[in-house]
Amino acid sequence: MTAADLHTATGAYVLHALPPTERAAFERHLAVCGACAQEVRELAATAGRLGLAVAAAPPPEMKQRVLQAIGTVRQEPPKVSAPGRVRTWARSLPRMALAASLAAAAALGGIAVWQHQSAEDAREQARESRQQAADLAAVLAAPDARSATGKLGDGATGTVVVSRARDRAAFVASQLPELPDGKVYQLWFDDGGSMRSAGLLEGPGAGSATLMDGPVGKASGMGVTVEPAGGSRQPTSTPLGLVTLPG
Amino acid sequence: MRSAENARTTPPPPPRPDLDALVAEVARGDQEAFTSLYDAVSGPVLGLVRSVVRDPAQSEEVAQEVLVEVWRTAARFRPDKGSTMTWVLTMAHRRAVDRVRSVQASAEREHKAALLDQMPAYDHVTEQVETRLEQQRVRRCLGALTRLQREAVTLAYYRGLTYREVAQLLTMPLGTVKTRLRDGLIRLRDCLGVSA
Repeated sequence: MTAADLHTATGAYVLHALPPTERAAFERHLAVCGACAQEVRELAATAGRLGLAVAAAPPPEMKQRVLQAIGTVRQEPPKVSAPGRVRTWARSLPRMALAASLAAAAALGGIAVWQHQSAEDAREQARESRQQAADLAAVLAAPDARSATGKLGDGATGTVVVSRARDRAAFVASQLPELPDGKVYQLWFDDGGSMRSAGLLEGPGAGSATLMDGPVGKASGMGVTVEPAGGSRQPTSTPLGLVTLPG
Repeated sequence: MRSAENARTTPPPPPRPDLDALVAEVARGDQEAFTSLYDAVSGPVLGLVRSVVRDPAQSEEVAQEVLVEVWRTAARFRPDKGSTMTWVLTMAHRRAVDRVRSVQASAEREHKAALLDQMPAYDHVTEQVETRLEQQRVRRCLGALTRLQREAVTLAYYRGLTYREVAQLLTMPLGTVKTRLRDGLIRLRDCLGVSA
């Protein structure tokens, strides 16, 4: 095929009407032909309008089946993690249960007692770090330690390890994107709708475990949010994800 | 009704919920965002798949696969390559076409007369005003194509035929069909006022 032949294939291409070999040849051409790429975008959008015109009402069972299916399907991570997306997302309307419970807590005028890990505590925290390392090891090695894992978006996951006997929990994140300066990841215990700070996540992405501040108590879950440096008294952004604590 | 219906180009449909933003949230594993996205795209997906695949049970199966694929690959969505709806419907069309080509040898495909019944299976009972308006616009713009353009585009899109099959069916040279698919879509693009 000549280049001119290839160029006239834009229509057949967006309609999936090219046989595989011609399709492959056209895609090679597309990679180097800016005008073709633009035309493909426009014609694909046009074909989409033909699709919209035949919209049908799906049966309710179909929704149930799809929603059930996605619970078991692992999402693909993005090819390139786009910086700034965490912040964009954090500004979006709260959608998750945690966010709703936070709003409820705020409306009740701060009935919850928030443990605040302020910046001033940092030095003392450093002194405590050896003790924490020992506590962390104790939680992870506890005979009754149980773990649960949840998604934190963007292909990242968080695993929480709980020892009910020791009343402590540890948290390990993997593949959390780096945050811009002035932002930190903060951990929270979910006490039946009230969020209690469990400290900041140090060195995310390294896959090392962090001992969560404070006792597990009656917490049923935990969450991770992005907060201004130093952390917040209460979450100021939609959580990246929630993990239900193991029993 | 505004006079826009009479103008040469029709304005694009009214703004939908910001689907691009929903996809970004879906990409982060937000199931609630996925539910909203499902509500916005499942009707067009099922309708399109049904028009290509025909068999109701298989159509539903393919539509479900497409919607799960949306969940699975949301992080790969590139807003600079087109709208969410275009992305989802492109995927739906591809899957539907793959399905009919794998289960049916072209000889077993429907009767020529049935295939040439070019008006797609519009859902006449739809209660969605937006869908009805879209049907009107698309019908009007399909009506503005030459007969060959219209037949080629509808056979390829709504019936999932390759351009070779279209050429055989319409007894036209391959190159002519390829060109008609392109200039037919270009004329539709201008009539529908599509920009991308």
